Amino acid sequence: MKIIPISALIGLFFTSLYFLIAILAPVVAPYGMAEIVGESWEPSSAEFLLGTDNIGRDLLSRMIYGGRTTIFIATAATFLSFTLGSVLGFFAAVKGGWIDQLLSRLIDLVMSIPTLIFALVVLSVTPATVPVLILVMGLLDSTRVYRLSRAVAVDIVAMDYIESARLRGERTTWIIFHEILPNALSPLVAEMGLRFIFAVLFVSTLSFLGLGVQPPEADWGGIVKENKEGIVYGIPAALIPAFAIATLAISVNLVADWVLNRTTSLKGGRG
Amino acid sequence: MSDALLKVRDLKIGAVVFPPGEKPRELEIVHGVSFDLQRGKVLGLIGESGAGKSTIGLASMAYGRGGVKITGGEVWVNGRDILKSDQREVRALRGGEVSYVSQSAAASFNPAKKIMAQVIEAAVAQKKFSRKDAEQRARCLFAKLGLPDPDTIGERYPHQVSGGQLQRCMTALALCPEPDLVIFDEPTTALDVTTQIEVLMAIKEAIRDTGVAALYITHDLAVVAQVSDYIMVLKTGSLVEYGSVDKIINNPQEEYTKALVSIRSIAHQEQPAAGEAVLSVRDLTTRYKGTKFDVLHGVSMDLYPGQTLAVVGESGSGKSTLARVITGLLPPREGEIQFAGRKLSPDLKARTCEDLRELQMIYQMADVAMNPRHTVGTIIGRPLEFYFGMRGAEQKKRIIELLDEIELGEKFFDRYPAELSGGQKQRLCIARALAAKPKMIICDEITSALDPLVADGILKLLLDLQKIEGVAYLFITHDLATVRAISDTIAVMHQGKVQRYGRKSEVLSPPFDDYTELLLSSVPEMKLGWLEQVIAHRKIGSVGASMFALPDGARIPKLGGTRRCR
Repeated sequence: MKIIPISALIGLFFTSLYFLIAILAPVVAPYGMAEIVGESWEPSSAEFLLGTDNIGRDLLSRMIYGGRTTIFIATAATFLSFTLGSVLGFFAAVKGGWIDQLLSRLIDLVMSIPTLIFALVVLSVTPATVPVLILVMGLLDSTRVYRLSRAVAVDIVAMDYIESARLRGERTTWIIFHEILPNALSPLVAEMGLRFIFAVLFVSTLSFLGLGVQPPEADWGGIVKENKEGIVYGIPAALIPAFAIATLAISVNLVADWVLNRTTSLKGGRG
Repeated sequence: MSDALLKVRDLKIGAVVFPPGEKPRELEIVHGVSFDLQRGKVLGLIGESGAGKSTIGLASMAYGRGGVKITGGEVWVNGRDILKSDQREVRALRGGEVSYVSQSAAASFNPAKKIMAQVIEAAVAQKKFSRKDAEQRARCLFAKLGLPDPDTIGERYPHQVSGGQLQRCMTALALCPEPDLVIFDEPTTALDVTTQIEVLMAIKEAIRDTGVAALYITHDLAVVAQVSDYIMVLKTGSLVEYGSVDKIINNPQEEYTKALVSIRSIAHQEQPAAGEAVLSVRDLTTRYKGTKFDVLHGVSMDLYPGQTLAVVGESGSGKSTLARVITGLLPPREGEIQFAGRKLSPDLKARTCEDLRELQMIYQMADVAMNPRHTVGTIIGRPLEFYFGMRGAEQKKRIIELLDEIELGEKFFDRYPAELSGGQKQRLCIARALAAKPKMIICDEITSALDPLVADGILKLLLDLQKIEGVAYLFITHDLATVRAISDTIAVMHQGKVQRYGRKSEVLSPPFDDYTELLLSSVPEMKLGWLEQVIAHRKIGSVGASMFALPDGARIPKLGGTRRCR
């Protein structure tokens, strides 16, 4: 169990690379984020490693700052969705009865509306600032986390050690945090990786549609949008953020897969 | 010994183990076992869990369960070494020459197919019989096995017959292709005693009438003594003792065998009822939410301080429900519970901390009764912290005291439950209950999942602790031997009612009511010919017979059966 498979190592390496660059963006970026430094769509050169974008900003710098924004929003949204979703899910599983029914049916109701459409409607009437984005994405994603954590917790609640804690007179919060959480942690951590990727894709989609991060702020989806005309002329500026999104998604997935593999108790877990 | 049907020579079986935090490694679980089995004879394999008895049984079909590999030795069936045979030969062997009866028939039958289709499947697939002949043979076997409506029972689905009947169907399934050898893997372990005796008799008659050889695997020496010709005692993959039934039961040589034979040697003298009852249950009636029938009908009983009240009954008798009502998990519809001189609120939420502390519970399955992510220290420490506010060094000192009391010791402090054996886990649960300094502990089938010798150790510990701590036990069990060993008062439950209640000496001495008589006489005894005696007695005695008789027309074993079935 202590041997980390090679795929997970690759995933770990790239994931931490992306996160490191995002955190250190102002240090590693050669130019400012919205600084116009050259002609539009210049090819890559020693001066501009990835060339310039549609209005002559350094693409590498924009990629780095864009990654910072994208990863920050995705991380915050994932954090929000997990805190909210898992606490509600555990609560519903422990309480059962009408509380469980009410929560679960409400969540079903929200889930029945496609997430993207829901977000588009909400964002079209609210100002698309970063906190609003995080809130909308976090709340919408928490429905899925709720489903998973409730399902995991229902299995655990049936165990005698939960009954034993109840007979001891423990309070619900103690049962959730001391008895259920340690046992539900590994499937949730695995799910967290996947949810994070979906959040990256989601915020990129929103920005691409123009409802996410607003210019001149950079984010990967936005960079694709700004440079998509270039594809026709054979200019790869729009493909670079797409590539970044893809590699981040794959590397986080590799890590998540590894965590999932270790949780043999989880029914979907292999190996 | 060339005419032996099954010849096992120096069989070695290995498995890959996955110790937590280490690399997987190979482990030998059966160390060179050899034996012979003649045609028409029954060999009993007996041992505790982990003795390798099931593994040897399956190896006789050249099969190893997941991760298990036969690493050496020979298994000869009908004069050929099946470990060297190719896949096709082995396939022809399984279900044809050798068949298998597993412990849980309910888990082995496909719930989506009718019984008949599954019973004849192997016989038809092996081209032993045509479909019509196989069905004819199956019906004949159903009759021989004493199943009700042998002509139509095959048209039912597995969930439409009882557990004991399904186990007999499984036996019919194994016998249908006219095998030379049947492997019975704990076929009666999951059954109630009164059902077990029927299935046991059915299996024994079927073996005798069809003349097959059998390997009978069980952990219960008393059971194996009834059906076998020879017994092989196994311990951790090695042979301990081999001999005829008579020799093993009446004249065992090895210490281990002697211990198995003389199991349940605990003698607990019944104490007179003294003082005010610690628990007094009056006219409890209850039902589960959403159902329309009562699972308990007017149950009353008393438990005195420092004594043991054994509640005994078969599955479905309501004994565990009684525990749920007393603990407050299931509020009663009528009746009341007096505990330590005060009225106990029917609802768990309304009970005081003192009520909860003084009434503790121990569960049957120790491994799910403890959080697998908590260490031993946390598990025992929590009630200390919760009820007495004990922390730090004081708490640790008390935990170690408790660990010493349950004979485990300080070195277990930082272990996780997964690193302990079944008996050790159950001891921990006892320590956790004791940590609360309770007046009374409910023990719900706490020895049922344990090997006999380990269970004995737990019972001894409980009795010792009772003397030291003065705690009272409400001991729920289906095992009458356990009841005899530890109780002061006994309540026999049947279908939600208390059938018989009183001091141990009264309850266990005649005159009996019908149900108690049936229950008492169904407990296998460690002597030869017990099964025949009981059955013969029941057929003569009008009381026993009426209780034992199956539905009309069910028991027609001598319907020219032998000739037609062969």
